[in-house]
Amino acid sequence: MSEEKKEKTQLLAVNDLTVEYSARRGKIRAVENASFTLDRGETLGIVGESGSGKSTLGMSLIRLVPYPGKIMKGNIILEEQRILKLKDEQMRDLRGRKISYIFQDPMTSLNPVEKIKDHFIELIQTHEPKVTKAQALKRAQQLFKDVGIQPERISDYPHQLSGGMRQRVMIALALALNPSVVIADEPTTALDVVVQAKILDLLGTLQERYGMALILITHDLSIVLERSDKIVVMYAGRIVEQARSTALYKSTQHPYSQGLLKSIPNIELADQKLEAIGGTPPDLLNPPHGCRFWPRCPFVMPECLVEEPSLYETGENHLVRCYLYKGEGNE
Amino acid sequence: MKLEKIIWSDVTFTKGKEMSSDEILRTEHLKKYFPVEKGFLERLLTSTKRFVKAVDDVSFSISKGEVFTLVGESGCGKSTTGRLVVRLIQPTSGKVFFGQENITDMKKKEFRIYRRKLQIIFQDPYASLNPRMRIGRAVGHPLEIHGLAKGVEERQRVNEILQRVGLTPPEQFTNLYPYQISGGQRQRVAMARSLILDPEFIVADEPVSMIDVSLRTTIIDLMLDLRRDLDLTYLFITHDLAIAKYISDRIAIMYLGKIVEIGEKHEVFSNPLHPYTQALMSAIPVPNPERKRTAIELKGEVPSAINIPRGCRFNPRCPYAEERCKVEPELTAVKPGHFVACYRTEN
Repeated sequence: MSEEKKEKTQLLAVNDLTVEYSARRGKIRAVENASFTLDRGETLGIVGESGSGKSTLGMSLIRLVPYPGKIMKGNIILEEQRILKLKDEQMRDLRGRKISYIFQDPMTSLNPVEKIKDHFIELIQTHEPKVTKAQALKRAQQLFKDVGIQPERISDYPHQLSGGMRQRVMIALALALNPSVVIADEPTTALDVVVQAKILDLLGTLQERYGMALILITHDLSIVLERSDKIVVMYAGRIVEQARSTALYKSTQHPYSQGLLKSIPNIELADQKLEAIGGTPPDLLNPPHGCRFWPRCPFVMPECLVEEPSLYETGENHLVRCYLYKGEGNE
Repeated sequence: MKLEKIIWSDVTFTKGKEMSSDEILRTEHLKKYFPVEKGFLERLLTSTKRFVKAVDDVSFSISKGEVFTLVGESGCGKSTTGRLVVRLIQPTSGKVFFGQENITDMKKKEFRIYRRKLQIIFQDPYASLNPRMRIGRAVGHPLEIHGLAKGVEERQRVNEILQRVGLTPPEQFTNLYPYQISGGQRQRVAMARSLILDPEFIVADEPVSMIDVSLRTTIIDLMLDLRRDLDLTYLFITHDLAIAKYISDRIAIMYLGKIVEIGEKHEVFSNPLHPYTQALMSAIPVPNPERKRTAIELKGEVPSAINIPRGCRFNPRCPYAEERCKVEPELTAVKPGHFVACYRTEN
């Protein structure tokens, strides 16, 4: 019992995070007032369409929001450290060691003129200067075994590996310093279904073995429902619903989440009738006044156009940004 | 009771067989081998030519009004098959029939009329539209090329078709450039352009894979509506079995240039028989946190289409591979209309 309690301790807390991009035509709030927590060993799925701010949110956790993006406010606490307060070199030390990131496209994240093993040696030696080249190489070979590639392939260049193998290399790199949380941003989008299933299974196995927490960022609600403990649904820069996966599945509350669930084909259902969400996602330079989803919402009410709803708590750890649930719980 | 062995290629066509009246398109032993470029030294030292066997003996027939889907992973030859069907590329061997006509070796001039009837929609609406051409002109251009309409009449037809694909009011779109509209709208423009010549048959090559999830359904439903209203037949190409299940009447699973299983949608999905089909299906994520599925583990990765394994091309990865798999199995009937290329179905 006590052990279970220990495992449930909080690892990461994000409070009120707002990230803004300034463009010539105005400011884009890619993420606004996002708050969530992650426990040790837990899997959090962040789901949203392109432009919903899910990747910006992920990248702000390692403070790598691309220019001209800027974290405007909020705080991120990882193992009692306030990430946004750290100096650049402290942050650099943290990346990879405590928190690491797997990017969507492994080809652009690997150096094409460097052998795979050199990626590992550089990474390990930068963070642990006392480690010799031979030791680093040995560790890299063990990691290769963990992710299911023959250790000999470590002397290959990135172009000699298939897409699936490159993604495995990225996973191995992310795990090299045994971080407590790994962020995987669309880790399987460029891959075929069979390879996708293998990579996701692999992430799950390694997560259990090393006890790390995982943040899975994807546009695919099926993956998130299947693989994560809790889910954050994002729409146009806002968290519109967050809950444990089972709760979200049993009682999907935000009209956008409901729409998403109804619009994805489920292979297990016979003669499913899909329903589309009408309209298109908003232009963030010019977001709709009030709730950002109202122009596409089937339940739109007059108050939705006036002011944006806050997150209402409708159940244990179940938050929804929608006036339909205003009476049900607390703000 | 032992069924008589029925081979796929025998039912699809026999020499001199009349086409059935509802058949609109048929391919016979379609093959496309791409030569592999060799380096300078290699050219001097070796004389053997190597080929990527992208499509390696594919035969199927599609009935009028049907949605026939080719499903497979990248590199299985599904897109090449689509391109062969509309003659964007010439097959190495094999034939394509449209209606009664063999269009494979038809001269360009003769083929022109079929070009109107056979259209293709591509995966990437960002690459398939000329960025410097306004929407109205992009959609109306085929009319000019085929000398069917111009001026006021062209504009009228363009407006009609834009409305048909849900870009309303059309006047709002005709003067825009592709960069001014969203990905979903671009794909609608691509559809409008393929529909303006009044085609009978459309190859849709992954038309929704680059579109946001919440918009995919609208595009797919639009395609199904258009089929009903305009009497269309689709060859749909996708890697996504869940989408295939939603849209198709019949599906064919491809692996390394060959069809390994083919049949009515409900039959294939409820009773998948080829080990590859089973593995594909087990790999699809199911949107249900309480349903813990286990994917069938396949050994290794898809081999290169240059060195296709001998015998059954799936045997190096197959969990059930045995000695007889060293000889390639043929697509054989397991039920009327359901064919599988695997020896395990024989006993």
